[in-house]
Amino acid sequence: MAQPRIAVVGGGLAGLMATIRIAEAGVPVDLFSIVPVKRSHSVCAQGGINGAVNVKGEDDSPEIHFYDTVKGGDFLAHQPPARAMCYAAPGIIYLLDRMGVMFNRTAEGFLDFRRFGGTLYNRTAFAGATTGQQMLYALDEQVRRHEAAGLVTKYEQWEYLGMVRDGSGRCVGLVALDQRRMTPKAFRADAVMLATGGPGLLFGRTTNSAINSGSAAASAYLEGAWYANGEFIQIHPTAIPGEDKLRLMSESARSEGGRVWVPRKRGDTRRPQDIPEAERAYFLEEKYPRYGNLVPRDVASREIHRVCVEEGLGVDGKMMVYLDLTHIPRAELDRKLGGIIEIYEKFTGEDPHTAPMKIFPAVHYSMGGLWVDYERTADGFLDLASPKNHMTNIPGLYAVGECEYQYHGANRLGANSLLSCIYAGQVGGPAAVAWARNQKSAAADVAAPVFEEAEKRWTARFAELSKREGDQNAYVLAEELGQWMLEHVTIVRHDDRLRATDAKILELAGRWKRAAVLDENPWANGPLSFLNQFEKMLALARVVTLGALRREESRGSHYKPAAPERDDARWLKTTIATFSPDGPSFRDDPVDTSLVTPVERKYD
Amino acid sequence: MPRTTIELRIRRQDGPSTAPRWEEFSIPWRAGMNVISCLMEIRKRPVTKQGTRTSPVMWEASCLEEVCGACTMLVNGRPRQSCAALVDQLPAGVITLEPLAKFLVVRDLIVDRLPMFEALKQVRAWIPIDGTYDLGPGPRIAETERELSYAFSRCMTCGCCMEACPQYHGRSEFLGPAPIAQVRLFNAHPTGAMNAHERLEAIMGRGGLVDCGNAQNCVEVCPKEIPLTEAFGELGRQTTVLWLKNLLRR
Repeated sequence: MAQPRIAVVGGGLAGLMATIRIAEAGVPVDLFSIVPVKRSHSVCAQGGINGAVNVKGEDDSPEIHFYDTVKGGDFLAHQPPARAMCYAAPGIIYLLDRMGVMFNRTAEGFLDFRRFGGTLYNRTAFAGATTGQQMLYALDEQVRRHEAAGLVTKYEQWEYLGMVRDGSGRCVGLVALDQRRMTPKAFRADAVMLATGGPGLLFGRTTNSAINSGSAAASAYLEGAWYANGEFIQIHPTAIPGEDKLRLMSESARSEGGRVWVPRKRGDTRRPQDIPEAERAYFLEEKYPRYGNLVPRDVASREIHRVCVEEGLGVDGKMMVYLDLTHIPRAELDRKLGGIIEIYEKFTGEDPHTAPMKIFPAVHYSMGGLWVDYERTADGFLDLASPKNHMTNIPGLYAVGECEYQYHGANRLGANSLLSCIYAGQVGGPAAVAWARNQKSAAADVAAPVFEEAEKRWTARFAELSKREGDQNAYVLAEELGQWMLEHVTIVRHDDRLRATDAKILELAGRWKRAAVLDENPWANGPLSFLNQFEKMLALARVVTLGALRREESRGSHYKPAAPERDDARWLKTTIATFSPDGPSFRDDPVDTSLVTPVERKYD
Repeated sequence: MPRTTIELRIRRQDGPSTAPRWEEFSIPWRAGMNVISCLMEIRKRPVTKQGTRTSPVMWEASCLEEVCGACTMLVNGRPRQSCAALVDQLPAGVITLEPLAKFLVVRDLIVDRLPMFEALKQVRAWIPIDGTYDLGPGPRIAETERELSYAFSRCMTCGCCMEACPQYHGRSEFLGPAPIAQVRLFNAHPTGAMNAHERLEAIMGRGGLVDCGNAQNCVEVCPKEIPLTEAFGELGRQTTVLWLKNLLRR
């Protein structure tokens, strides 16, 4: 058999880690990315990465980390992968340190750690407040080393369109769009690994990057890949508003002592600095004395909603609260939170050293994503030699990072996303290598018409789209979609509004057919690319909305006032959506809870 | 006088080899807008100030919070990230947007910064680890050293310093400020120091450190306030020592 080749799509943390692992195994990688990989969305991760290295004399352990993780996810995560990830975490932090990530240090020169949400332990390693950026750069540098050695070929500014499958249904390649020439091209690959991130753009303005449309994962779903737990969307409690995006103010602000409060008096117009201590409601500390400001994100966001909307105590009458850092020494703030202090100052013109930040909740992360498999061992870990790990239901198609659903259940803990990205890449890369090497025939031996056919199909689609005329504008449609999703499919969900949102999505899909391409240039035509993406986004929006509609309970990030309790008897299940032309069809799969028995999730 | 509309003048170019042209746009002002949100407004209604239908302006963007470097362009002639260019902080009058001039224009405000990434290969900007298998903890580093290095590890490869540097242009061999400063970062790391000479040799020849004209423009425009000129001073010392060593060895 010919030397296998593997295609990785996406150059964030998960994709780059997978790339490095595959290259290390001696297998050439074609790395596709919609942006130069160094500009991937992982740069936005701020606060840190979790791993129970236990350097603060707290008797922390990977087992406690595992427990915090599954409890944080309201027991919806399969437990063996979550456990295996937490046990691998200290080694991952060491590896990143060896790659040169400039993690903050203790006085003795050891790695420093801070506390994050949903845990009582200091287990988050951090590089100022730009940890994701620093980690991405370290991986980017290692990939560049493999690129210089000839094992990695980058296709930057290429966009994933769809897979190529042989007669047996196996994924043997992909079709990608050169965003400059605007020509779809088929590539052979013995395995294709999607590492394409989350679908933030479904919600319009979020903390996500401008590139996070979710359309690659949606395309896989439209071509038969299962999409799991789509209804679980994380709302981060602390962001700042913006006209183009909502900028995250890291959870680490609270790790370093930041306190969340609102004036006790409704409509208090005094400057926050002038409001005396006794007239401030530190509502998280009051309701959750044990975890305080560091309750998990779903809990904090719901509390902010309660205080602002139900009790009407929001700052300026809005869904807005204070995040106060003014009591922390300036030098300490700059050393540990410099990155976000800088963002806040630049984008609001105010100084968080002297005035409390004004923050509000924003869509941040998707726990749901492409369904992926795993091979468990008898003692509740992962069998790392298995090609099943991180494979979707399509043979040969893998998914790693935020675009898959595996580690976080119904709510992700802060600083677990960087961990799950790296871990997924570490596990998924070798799994894809094992798969590629186990095949009797190589993608290189698959008959050419299979690829020509796929290429022709996409070329025809783009030819059709590029001639599209009509009275609609896809960017306007996207804005409408975002407004509806944000309004009705986030912190609080009501069945009637979810139904209305689904009707709205169908309306938008109808109008999409009348959306003009806006641009006739055959070169670097962004609107053409977006026209294709947006149709896929609509399909994914239905998965999220209808998944929320059918789940008649409240769990993690999914909250319905009409069904406020968790219902394990009926709903301790993974939601699996499969595409059909009439819309998503759903089924429920059991969750592996063999290691820790689900209990009531409490943080007070 | 607060704005009620935002007036933009944008240099557009259909492709790498077509002639540039200027287009003007007028869009309604809203509080808190940045240059990116103006461009987003234009693509929702791609019509010039004169009422002519046009295509949406193309620009590169990703994070929108000044940590990815993608959306760098000339805003009123100054290289910077357009996401961090808040309309209300710009002087009254027309806002001018142009692509960076030191790189090939792909289309409109999009340029090709591949040469910067290629330069990172040339200077071997990485720590040559043995492998990604578990080898235990990395080297201990003093927090003060870490802080110094962190300043350099925040480089986004955005190109502002390259744009401002008089020595860096299409006809020069100069690697440019950003890639050279990365040598300072990797040479300071305990593991990176083991092959510091390889990186130094990469910046000792033509196109290297000696081509720096000491204009100090780079440090003026760096959005992350990276002490680039300090790095060049330090690397000057390191290369001199290596040069002497090589001389004595001969």
